[in-house]
Amino acid sequence: MKRLWKLFISMFIIMFSLFYLFPIYIVVVNSFKNRQQLYANMLAAPDAISFDYYVTAMNKMNFLRAFGNSLVVTVVSIAFIVALSSMTAWMLVRTNNKFSKIIFFVFVATMIIPFQTIMMPLMQVMGWIRDTLHIPMLNTLGGLIYMNIGFGASMAVFLYHGFIKSVPISLEEAAIIDGCNKFKVFWRIVFPILKPTTVTVMILDVIWIWNDYLLPSLAISDKAKRTIPLSTASFFGQFTIEWNLAMAGLTLTIIPVIIFYLAAQKYIVKGVAAGAVKL
Amino acid sequence: MRKKKDRAWYIFFVIPLLFIFTTVVIIPFVIGIGYSFISWDGMPLNDKTFVGFDNFIRLFSDKRFITSALHTVIFTVISVAVINILGLTFALIVTSKLKIRNIVRTMLFMPYLIGGLILGYIWKFIFTDLFKMIGETTGLNNFFFSWLLNPKYALAAMIIVTTWQMAGYIMIIYINGIQGISEDVIEASKVDGAGFWRSLFNIKFPLIMPSFTICLFMTLSNCFKIFDVNVSLTGGGPSNSTEMMAMNIYNEIFSLNNYGYGQAKAIFFFVAVASITLIQVAITKKREVEM
Repeated sequence: MKRLWKLFISMFIIMFSLFYLFPIYIVVVNSFKNRQQLYANMLAAPDAISFDYYVTAMNKMNFLRAFGNSLVVTVVSIAFIVALSSMTAWMLVRTNNKFSKIIFFVFVATMIIPFQTIMMPLMQVMGWIRDTLHIPMLNTLGGLIYMNIGFGASMAVFLYHGFIKSVPISLEEAAIIDGCNKFKVFWRIVFPILKPTTVTVMILDVIWIWNDYLLPSLAISDKAKRTIPLSTASFFGQFTIEWNLAMAGLTLTIIPVIIFYLAAQKYIVKGVAAGAVKL
Repeated sequence: MRKKKDRAWYIFFVIPLLFIFTTVVIIPFVIGIGYSFISWDGMPLNDKTFVGFDNFIRLFSDKRFITSALHTVIFTVISVAVINILGLTFALIVTSKLKIRNIVRTMLFMPYLIGGLILGYIWKFIFTDLFKMIGETTGLNNFFFSWLLNPKYALAAMIIVTTWQMAGYIMIIYINGIQGISEDVIEASKVDGAGFWRSLFNIKFPLIMPSFTICLFMTLSNCFKIFDVNVSLTGGGPSNSTEMMAMNIYNEIFSLNNYGYGQAKAIFFFVAVASITLIQVAITKKREVEM
């Protein structure tokens, strides 16, 4: 009796979970249909599998270009965030003076500032740098990466700081006595120990940067430099929505995310939990 | 000599990030406070006039802003409650001894990884075309109609989509908390005759208070700052009835070109977000128990 009850409960939960994901089902099935088929029945599976709408959507969204841009922005931003934040956090922990305390406090305190509060003045500052110092901060992937590093710094420093405090200093001291300079000590000895935090930072930042819409929409105006969220938004803004094409476009944007999720699920779940718990 | 060298290393390690951070976050934040006291249309050549606290006074008679603030509060309160109840329920299912727990976790967490913008577009189709179709074919058009054309239902749609996105994420945090409770405590309560509900309310909930603190903080601040879903799902409509605060600020600055006034709203928004979340953390922290 108890086993039967368990089976029943399990079945119910699975059914619920499948129902929970029905929006994804709706997107995928309708991406293969033409207009009439779509409006005939939006719940039914497609009669025939045709990838025509994918090709059209891909061209209209300039998908490959957007995908490439998103990839470059995400990877380069995260590489810098990880390298610079871990270095900074290590120095702040190991040099225990007033400066370190103030700097760390500023990093943590500013985490609470909503993006909307600084978006307009940020654009003014970047515009000023472009006009006065002639560094192209706006409408370039480099500028977007630079701003991502700034916005990612606080949380990364905070997470590294917490972890480094628990790393014993004795290893580093031994290396210094052996004549290693601080740069070498950090990259050869400390950084490998920080791996769990590095994974956490990477996971949290991938989710954030890959899906980020507002900052890129302010920073990027060229069509050729659009990231995936930007090209999706412009695709939906352009014309009265042709839903079957839109569904193909949305499926395209979801596929990389799902592949990433299934490939790195263990790390993602752990990273998301670790990142939240330390806050 | 050694001290000088140490200082050079300190600068080498800390300054690059601190420099970027200062130009991206600190300076904009500080001059943003300055902008909130001027009147300016965003054109570099046009005058910036100092207006003192006028922008902040104007906030309190700005109907559209007050409405958006009110809707943001309603949206946040309901969403936070629903997301946490669902997330906690999911977490209890996933930490049960059922064999299906891993696959269920995988499925329920998935929406969180798809960005808010994309989710909004997906659900837009469901709430407009799909609902209309279901209403027409089943005759249940009291419930199944184009939700996004009705102010109340559009707000409900916002809540549903946000919940769908966040519940799986919150579940992960609660799972972490529940798994941190030692088996012994649960076993001991069973031996003492505590049933499922009793052990849930008197043992598990008090012990996962730290998770409540985090989850409430995350949901509060995320819901209060909601923007992407707002843009793609309702665009603020119908007739601004679902325009949340973040979108109102965006529109004031970049659509209506009231840079000074919009920035005053942005500063007000910061103060609101900071005080609400800090008060919440202070309250829930107090209730955490030590084991």
